[in-house]
Amino acid sequence: MASIASSAIPDSPQWQGDGTSRIPFSVYTSDQLHRRELERFFYRKHWSYVGLEAEIPNQGDFKRTVVGERSVLLVRDKQGAVHVVENVCAHRGMQFCRERHGNRSEFTCPYHQWSYTLSGDLQGVPFRRGVRQDGKVNGGMPADFDLKQNGLTQLKVACRGGVVFASFDHDVESLEDFMGPAILFYFDRLFNGRKLKILGYNRQRIPGNWKLMQENIKDPYHPGLLHTWFVTFGLWRADNKSELKMDKHHRHAAMISTRGQSGKAEQVTQVSSFKESMQLQDDRFLDIVPEAWWGGPSAVMTTLFPSVILQQQVNSVSTRHIQPDGHGAFNFEWTHFGFEDDDAAMTKRRLRQANLFGPAGFVSADDGEVIEFSQRAFESKPAHHTLAELGGREVGDTDHMVTETLIRGMYRYWREVMEDGK
Amino acid sequence: MNTATSAVGSRSSGTGDAGDRQPLRLNPQDYQDLTQMLATYAALVDAADWDAWVAMFTDDCIYKLIPRENYERGLPLATMDFESKGMLMDRAYAIRETLFHDPYYQRHVIGAPRVLEVAADRIVCESNYAVFRTKLSELTQVFNVGRYLDTVVRTEAGWRFASRLCIYDSEMIPNSIIYPV
Repeated sequence: MASIASSAIPDSPQWQGDGTSRIPFSVYTSDQLHRRELERFFYRKHWSYVGLEAEIPNQGDFKRTVVGERSVLLVRDKQGAVHVVENVCAHRGMQFCRERHGNRSEFTCPYHQWSYTLSGDLQGVPFRRGVRQDGKVNGGMPADFDLKQNGLTQLKVACRGGVVFASFDHDVESLEDFMGPAILFYFDRLFNGRKLKILGYNRQRIPGNWKLMQENIKDPYHPGLLHTWFVTFGLWRADNKSELKMDKHHRHAAMISTRGQSGKAEQVTQVSSFKESMQLQDDRFLDIVPEAWWGGPSAVMTTLFPSVILQQQVNSVSTRHIQPDGHGAFNFEWTHFGFEDDDAAMTKRRLRQANLFGPAGFVSADDGEVIEFSQRAFESKPAHHTLAELGGREVGDTDHMVTETLIRGMYRYWREVMEDGK
Repeated sequence: MNTATSAVGSRSSGTGDAGDRQPLRLNPQDYQDLTQMLATYAALVDAADWDAWVAMFTDDCIYKLIPRENYERGLPLATMDFESKGMLMDRAYAIRETLFHDPYYQRHVIGAPRVLEVAADRIVCESNYAVFRTKLSELTQVFNVGRYLDTVVRTEAGWRFASRLCIYDSEMIPNSIIYPV
């Protein structure tokens, strides 16, 4: 044990050996580590989610969003190609676009009217050649000023199945290699080429470190315990057939489950809050209709590190975009969608089941709450650590949910990247 | 983009007989009933009396808490999306029995109703609201701000909400929203 004086506020996370089953509170509380995370996870060598192609269906459509903490614009150009450019004017650095969505033929910064094509190339600078007055030319940009060298920062873009990812790092591996085959399989299962139909947005600000949301969806221990609603109404059962899968780096994961059908739920659930007799007053909240594309599993929750969660919970599908804002908070943006071949009844069903999710959701509202109060404790004693030892201290795929292996896996990757070269 | 009036107009068109329409004037008794009803709603949700909250609605009511962005863009997703008294009862049950949440008080401040449409047994109106949230040991904060768009109907038991849309401006919900607004 370190001395009390030196351990109160540690300079760097104190891991125990090589393991990741005890996670130092300080990984959630340090501004310095947060800046390194932005640099190493959000701005280099990783793809970040930026949106769905269905959000920008027409030429000139754009959506303002973020990669990490940097404002970017997702835009469809006049040829129909998708671009992502940084929302920072090349001239004086202003975040020139304030609308969150819209349609433009070009981008113009209001400050000095510098204008850019939709793909971010600088096309016009007022008074570039100066102003002629009394036979002489006043001012103007230097003769060697080159429009081509002064466009908006253009990100590398990858579209797959209607989902758009971007990276500031043009040397990043392909999106497919980034996900790896196991995770790509579940990505393609959800986004199998059908056109998506946007149903709407929910936005919440959660006062906790962004990694806690990744961990929440890598933690199959809590749903049957925290989310009493799941259990009460029989959606979560201990006889659910389950698998946990990761990519080779253990940064992404999929929690795959198929709803158990055998026997009475009471006998298999083993959770005290289960109330066999409890019935919904209006069971349309759980009017579940299996869909062909499921191929079996009734729920697959996929975490793509670092920026997004892909949700399929029975008929409700959404993306959940993690947008960090300092070490102690993140904005969490839910985009619910359906598919072009949904009939009106299926759209209605997805909207009803959306009551389970989002900032008011029957089974999601409490996730934000527990994250807030985890963060509260981390800030108060950063020298302490969490404990993630359910299912052992190792990292690996499993065929059950009684484990915290995905959290340990994510921190194995975190340590590899964050401790590299210190 | 929808404006408030065109949205209301489109929502209300085709309902009720044309001959049923009256000028936008309520008799004093109905106006008093309406303002009393809106004030009572605030008092009940601020008192966390969820059974009484449910009782203010018709059996096939609509209750939606919906971001202004979705509403104005014609996107159907709502943050809470209930379409029967049963669903409201299910929410009340979840608040009491299943949703873990930090305890908080809410306090509604509601503006005077702007009456948009009047029929014999039906009033469409809107009113601005601000909801403040106070958590134990914390400073009070502005929690959710928007407008109610209501359709209230006269029943044998008195005026009830046939539809209450809470269309909120607030861009970010401060973490979770547990109680109905």
